[in-house]
Amino acid sequence: MSLYLLCMVLFAIGLYCLLVKKNLVKKIIGLVITEYAINLFFILLGYRTGGEAPILSKDVVVTNFVDPLPQALILTSIVIGLGIMALMVAIAMRIYEKYKTFDINEIRRLKG
Amino acid sequence: MLPIFVIIPLGGAFLIPIIAKFKEEWAQVVANLCAGLLLLFSVASIFWLKTGIKVYDVGGWKPPFGICMVLDGLTVLMLLVVNLIGCMALIFSIGYIKKYTAPKLYYTLFCLLLVGLNGVVISGDLFNLFVFLEITSIASYALVAFGTEADELEAAFKYLVLGSVASTLILLAIGMLLGHVSTLNMADISRSLNFSTSKELILYCLALFMMGFGLKVALVPFHAWLPDAHPAAPAPMSAMLSGVVIKTIGVYALIRVVFNIIGFTPAISSLFIWLGIISMSVGVLLAIGQWDFKRLLAYHSVSQIGYVIFAIGLGTPLGIIGGLFHLFNHSLFKSLLFLNSGAVEYSTGVRQLDKLGGLSNQMPVTSNTCLVASLSIAGIPPLCGFWSKLIIIIAAFQANNIIGAIVCILVGMVTLASFLKVQKYAFMRKAEQAISSIKEAPFSMQLAMVVLAVLCIAVGLFFIPFVDSIIKPAAATLLEGTGYAKIILGI
Repeated sequence: MSLYLLCMVLFAIGLYCLLVKKNLVKKIIGLVITEYAINLFFILLGYRTGGEAPILSKDVVVTNFVDPLPQALILTSIVIGLGIMALMVAIAMRIYEKYKTFDINEIRRLKG
Repeated sequence: MLPIFVIIPLGGAFLIPIIAKFKEEWAQVVANLCAGLLLLFSVASIFWLKTGIKVYDVGGWKPPFGICMVLDGLTVLMLLVVNLIGCMALIFSIGYIKKYTAPKLYYTLFCLLLVGLNGVVISGDLFNLFVFLEITSIASYALVAFGTEADELEAAFKYLVLGSVASTLILLAIGMLLGHVSTLNMADISRSLNFSTSKELILYCLALFMMGFGLKVALVPFHAWLPDAHPAAPAPMSAMLSGVVIKTIGVYALIRVVFNIIGFTPAISSLFIWLGIISMSVGVLLAIGQWDFKRLLAYHSVSQIGYVIFAIGLGTPLGIIGGLFHLFNHSLFKSLLFLNSGAVEYSTGVRQLDKLGGLSNQMPVTSNTCLVASLSIAGIPPLCGFWSKLIIIIAAFQANNIIGAIVCILVGMVTLASFLKVQKYAFMRKAEQAISSIKEAPFSMQLAMVVLAVLCIAVGLFFIPFVDSIIKPAAATLLEGTGYAKIILGI
């Protein structure tokens, strides 16, 4: 239970970083932390205490095995997260070229 | 036959960069060919549906264990919206994209966008839906930033951050559901939730889904990114974003989850109704003061999506039909309006309404199609927008929601006023300076605009057969509610 709680604390830290920090790079780091928190949450869903790898073979009978489905999902999710991070970093670099700053107080040509 | 909706654009997206190495022009040929084929198949899917709901098991694994793809009434409607607007936007791009560098990257990203949109619509698996949703989102972030000027980059970054937060929340909700019922198939989740006793967890998942999809739809408390992101993209991409993307990864995914997985309750109904009313009124009030043509249209998207959410939230059969019909109509006239704004920008290089003027003589095609679209969105009979708004207002009266009905009528009037402003400043009034050098847009752009304008009129004139054959099966899917599970799993 405490593991789930810590996972949610990590999520909250990431969200805080995303909302409060004024620097684009720190915002990117915050978003990555939230993504990792969700990934950890998924891994915890499949985790069993003292569980074994779910490999099917003839001689070994595995009774208490770890759920492999969330792990497969998280592989996909990590790849998606990597793609988004690469795009974000590329856009942040271009923004720096145009505005010469990472501070969002100075990057506000649009009003929202 | 179902995976073909994902395979065609995916194949196109891989072919385009290779083929464009030999000859730059082939990129647009391949992209248009893919979109044309997709449009053909989505029209054909109307006839496939006549013989019942189709389920395709990917890799031959049966539904509760493997991933499945589903073709039902709602899917057919959304496939038609996605591929019709996608095809028109690509035809428009032939002329328009010449002013940007690297058109082959544009076409590649556009095909990936179509992969994501079609995938979201046909997927019958919740995690698969999420993956396609992310493909759509990444392609649209990149396309919003495509101009790589200061404004575009800033808008794209804002869109990216808010979109990623939305995706994270959706993934968390999917994780919670997975932990609770140990399955990802939508039908199977829905069946398992029937026996579930923990109402709090379902409520929590619902809140996460509302936040996540609400951000993607840009309902009013979550709308801050939309008026920046939609105008910053190239015009055909703005048409896709406003006409298709917010509907597919927002409205479609939300109503699929709420109606067919979690189950529609009176509490959700009032949530939808109030979110809809607030979006309608705030969106239109912000829109009327805008002087940037595309920004004005973007605020109107917020307002019109409010109509859709409000009507679907009524939960009555007539309300759902009205909402889905308005969703289809909005995709027609809003993409047409964005294409018009693109044509005006292409010919004059200006987007500010007070700096334009007298274009009705120089650009007859653009000005007449824009007139059709403006009257359509404002709800003037006999154009398509009128019928869907009429159905929504009647449904609101029937459901005893007098406040909602009155707000619908008032918002319609303000919409008319703000589009009269567009017509007056951009097209009707006399130009301030001599602008005889302005020419009509190239043929491909005219073609796309004329086709969409003709469709606006045709759907308006023949709305009864259209609603009977396409909208009613879609509404039936939603009204089926959690009974959807029985049909898919075949129990």
